[in-house]
Amino acid sequence: MSHQVAILGVGMHPWGKWGRNFVDYGVKAARDALADAGVPWADIDFVAGANTMRCGYPGYVSGATFAQALGWSGARIASCYAACASGSQALDTARAQILAGLADVVLVVGADTTPKGFLAPQKGDRPDDPDWLRFRLHGATNPVYFALHARRRIELYGTTDEDIAEVRVKNGKNGLHNPYARYRKEFTLEEVLESPVVSDPLRLYEICATSDGGAAIVVASMDYAKRLQKKPVTIEAISTITPTFPSTQLEMPDLATDSAASVPAPEMNFQPAIISAAYSEAGIGPDDLSLAEVYDLSTSMELDWYESLQLCPAGDGQKLLRDGDTYIGGRIPVNASGGLSCFGEAVPAQALAQVCELTWQLRGEAGERQVENATHGITANVGLFGHGSSVIVKR
Amino acid sequence: MSEKNTVAAREGWYTLDAEQPRLMGSQCTSCKTFYFPKYESFCRNPACDSETFDEVKLSHRGKIWSYTNAAYPPPPPFVADDPYEPFAVAAVELEKERIVVLGQLASGVTVDDVSIGDDVELVLQSLYEDDENDYVVWKWRPVSGAAT
Repeated sequence: MSHQVAILGVGMHPWGKWGRNFVDYGVKAARDALADAGVPWADIDFVAGANTMRCGYPGYVSGATFAQALGWSGARIASCYAACASGSQALDTARAQILAGLADVVLVVGADTTPKGFLAPQKGDRPDDPDWLRFRLHGATNPVYFALHARRRIELYGTTDEDIAEVRVKNGKNGLHNPYARYRKEFTLEEVLESPVVSDPLRLYEICATSDGGAAIVVASMDYAKRLQKKPVTIEAISTITPTFPSTQLEMPDLATDSAASVPAPEMNFQPAIISAAYSEAGIGPDDLSLAEVYDLSTSMELDWYESLQLCPAGDGQKLLRDGDTYIGGRIPVNASGGLSCFGEAVPAQALAQVCELTWQLRGEAGERQVENATHGITANVGLFGHGSSVIVKR
Repeated sequence: MSEKNTVAAREGWYTLDAEQPRLMGSQCTSCKTFYFPKYESFCRNPACDSETFDEVKLSHRGKIWSYTNAAYPPPPPFVADDPYEPFAVAAVELEKERIVVLGQLASGVTVDDVSIGDDVELVLQSLYEDDENDYVVWKWRPVSGAAT
């Protein structure tokens, strides 16, 4: 049995700091996706929303929030939260509805309005919530975790400050041509290296900002899709796996890892395991890929993903970058959209935005940032509290 | 100024022994897996169905797995000094427990003072104060005399 579903339409609201209600961004993206698909809103069987924790109750029930804003139509709904992986979970929920034969055509939407500065935990005293405790006890912001891994990379693999800065330079070149990106500006290596250190060794321009934004996707059964499009982009895999015990990588928001004293650590860390599950589900490997959209919460993390994607052996990420392989025009372009470097993270929209970019690329509609003859694309991402997120699409 | 009470910023997670404070963990009586923070309900090893645990004091020394700092004040609920003094943070691997524990480095220690693999020991230092209490938290301090 084929597990394929079709992507009929994609849409986004530009990322930025617009200060409007998140619902507006989601509805704009949804209308664009519906128009792109050529599917009227009234025909949507099911709405899967990706939740935001920062916008009050409507954000916790995003499926209903977007359905109401688009005009109650009696559609069924789900609201999904998985931190940065929320979009993939919503997409996976949509796919399951379709593959189970319960829905023909589904709208997936994620949007956020974010405050300025560091992402902070929810208010109130919660001494049993690790996300509250990491800030309270040790001031461990997200960049602290990114930096611990970046320092480790430098120590183990000989990655340099210049390598970590070069990722930002590459992504800046790509994002320059993306009308949905928040930062459309080229950076020189010197500009990146002269930006202030936030958490050593990471600098301001090497850490992604937080943004407002919205993204939406219309997915459908292959039978439904055939009536509208000759050869739609298809979803070949969605990996939403959790870690395997004992998880020995220090992950946000935990203050400690699992212990490997009695059960040995799994052969694969979480990130490579997420990708491996996606490859296995799609029946493809890294050599089949045309491009990848990966979560560059820090630019150093983008280098980690090269290795998790098996684009190169562990420790060789910077070599791939230095050789130009991950630039547009290179062997395997990464973050042709400009990545989080150019977007800033809009949490529930980001994993969907990655899929929107791949869809445009595979259709050949990506304009000046187009990757030639793209046939297979992959997204890579992790949501805190153990949420894997990787989607493989094919043309 | 009257003497303030020393209180754990997170009660039950560490001893308040001034000489040699220890993190309080637990160990499954069946599969022997360690836990920090202390966890005593259902063993998380998927191959173990134990519900009994011993309380254990974790090793008070470990090796730096990685380190960084916070150049800008973290947001609440962190209580930042005013004026803000940047602090360093380390993830420390405990050899016996095979566990990595995050914590600030002792005040005054900067990222230039440490390297991955350095020996550190657990100390208690003030996190914030109110009129009555001094709330302390665990931090990691380089072991004097150890190679840097």
